[in-house]
Amino acid sequence: MELRDREGPGGVTLEEALGPGSPIVVFDRVKLAFDETVVLADISFTLIKGRTKLMLGASGSGKSTILKILLGLLRPDGGVVWVNGHRVDELSEDQLMAVREDIGMVFQEGALFDSLTVAENVGYKLYEQSDKPLDEVRRRVEEVLGFVSLGEYIDRMPSELSGGQRRRVAIARAMATKPRLLLYDEPTTGLDPITATTVDDEIIKLRDLENISSIMVTHQLRDAFYVATHTARRQNGRIVIVPADEAKVREAEFMMLRDGLVVFEGDAGDLRASEDPYLRTFLS
Amino acid sequence: MLTLLREWLKAALADVQEYVILSGRTVRSSFTRPFYFRDVVEQFDAIGVGSLTVVLLTGFFTGAVLALQSGITLDQFGARPLVGRLVGASMIKELGPVLTALMITGRVGSSIAAELGSMGVTDQINALRALGTDPVRKLVVPRVLAGFFMVPVLTVIADFVGIAGGWVIARFQMGVASGVYWTSITEGLFWQDPWMGIVKPFFLGFVIVSIACHVGLRVQGGTQGVGRATTKAVVAGSVAVLAVDFFVTKLMVWLFY
Repeated sequence: MELRDREGPGGVTLEEALGPGSPIVVFDRVKLAFDETVVLADISFTLIKGRTKLMLGASGSGKSTILKILLGLLRPDGGVVWVNGHRVDELSEDQLMAVREDIGMVFQEGALFDSLTVAENVGYKLYEQSDKPLDEVRRRVEEVLGFVSLGEYIDRMPSELSGGQRRRVAIARAMATKPRLLLYDEPTTGLDPITATTVDDEIIKLRDLENISSIMVTHQLRDAFYVATHTARRQNGRIVIVPADEAKVREAEFMMLRDGLVVFEGDAGDLRASEDPYLRTFLS
Repeated sequence: MLTLLREWLKAALADVQEYVILSGRTVRSSFTRPFYFRDVVEQFDAIGVGSLTVVLLTGFFTGAVLALQSGITLDQFGARPLVGRLVGASMIKELGPVLTALMITGRVGSSIAAELGSMGVTDQINALRALGTDPVRKLVVPRVLAGFFMVPVLTVIADFVGIAGGWVIARFQMGVASGVYWTSITEGLFWQDPWMGIVKPFFLGFVIVSIACHVGLRVQGGTQGVGRATTKAVVAGSVAVLAVDFFVTKLMVWLFY
């Protein structure tokens, strides 16, 4: 089922008619269980175009599963999932390939292809699936690697990179085809705070400078708050990361999962102010 | 006890069902686009050229030991000149295809299961799907095609080298004249024999690689799971080689002899 191709009066697509503030992802009463184990009991949420959703929760709370359902890598047992105007819960694998073209995913640990160079990893989709000339693809690869400040590593193998560099290459790979939606699965887990901040900066830059909607799954509170409370700007030809104003901070939506249920939704201020004992424990 | 047996049967049936589905998808994907030609060429090189040394050594020593052993038995009947007939028929009909397939299972089956398994546990397979690539087309089809076409080629090479190994023993240890050896090979073969020797490896090549891919893609449980999958691919592949060899032989005997 497609929404964005349906034209209303005057030849305007539904997406254009909805304009800014329209949802890019909708989860409606989604459920999933593996045998007796309930992973998602009843999950509903909406991601607005251009915003960031920060999903928090303990290990095994179903955060990564949500991303996999969103990409169509897993099929829910019940509920409805809309992504970019496509109802992904009922599409076939072949139809999902088209939906995935507009989504970038950064997996835990990066999931770079070991046998390919950094350039081949980043340009994978462009080399494999587009008719673009090779030198044009190479230019795009250099451009995105420059964006994540790894231009000089273009011909290295993933095994020659540090953990933080691998995550940044994974971000570059996810953004190479200019998707409208980026998904980050624990992008900073296992990294030291300084390296984690460089990864967070990339996420902020993509959101604020490229206007890419994103969902970041993490249990690293420090990184979630950093992404929520900072913004990227171009200043004198350079990109700088600065504290965000109050309106911008409110745009970043936090969501806390527990036992397959959403136990909190709100902005950074709401989360800090919450009196819920579980949230307090998590925050402390 | 009954519950355990039922669970085991259910799991085994599910495994077989998934294998059949994967095989069907592989065959279908081999004839439709997108087709990853570069990966196919790479796998032909890795599975075909890469297995040449092990197949040459296996073939040579098998032929040589066959001549050595059969020579002792044939001597009891004064039939030493027939050693070529025995080596040729055994190598072409049975030992060439089966031993080549078993060597490929050990070398290639284990490496495929380990490679795909590692890709699975490090989310690389999911990353492929996320990037819009069908893992069956990208990873399974090139490997299965390489197995399907290269195992017969390697078998022919193993047959030839095995017969040559038999000749070395027959000529230099048993004192059988070269002309007698080579003539007895051609005289001892029916026209159906080379056909049997060349048709079987196609089936064996498909089975070895598709089982390894199936096992590799189903890996769970981190690096331990990869280790288990490697063992499973070799064990299941080897048993499948012997079973498929039996059934295809039976079919061909029924059809041609």
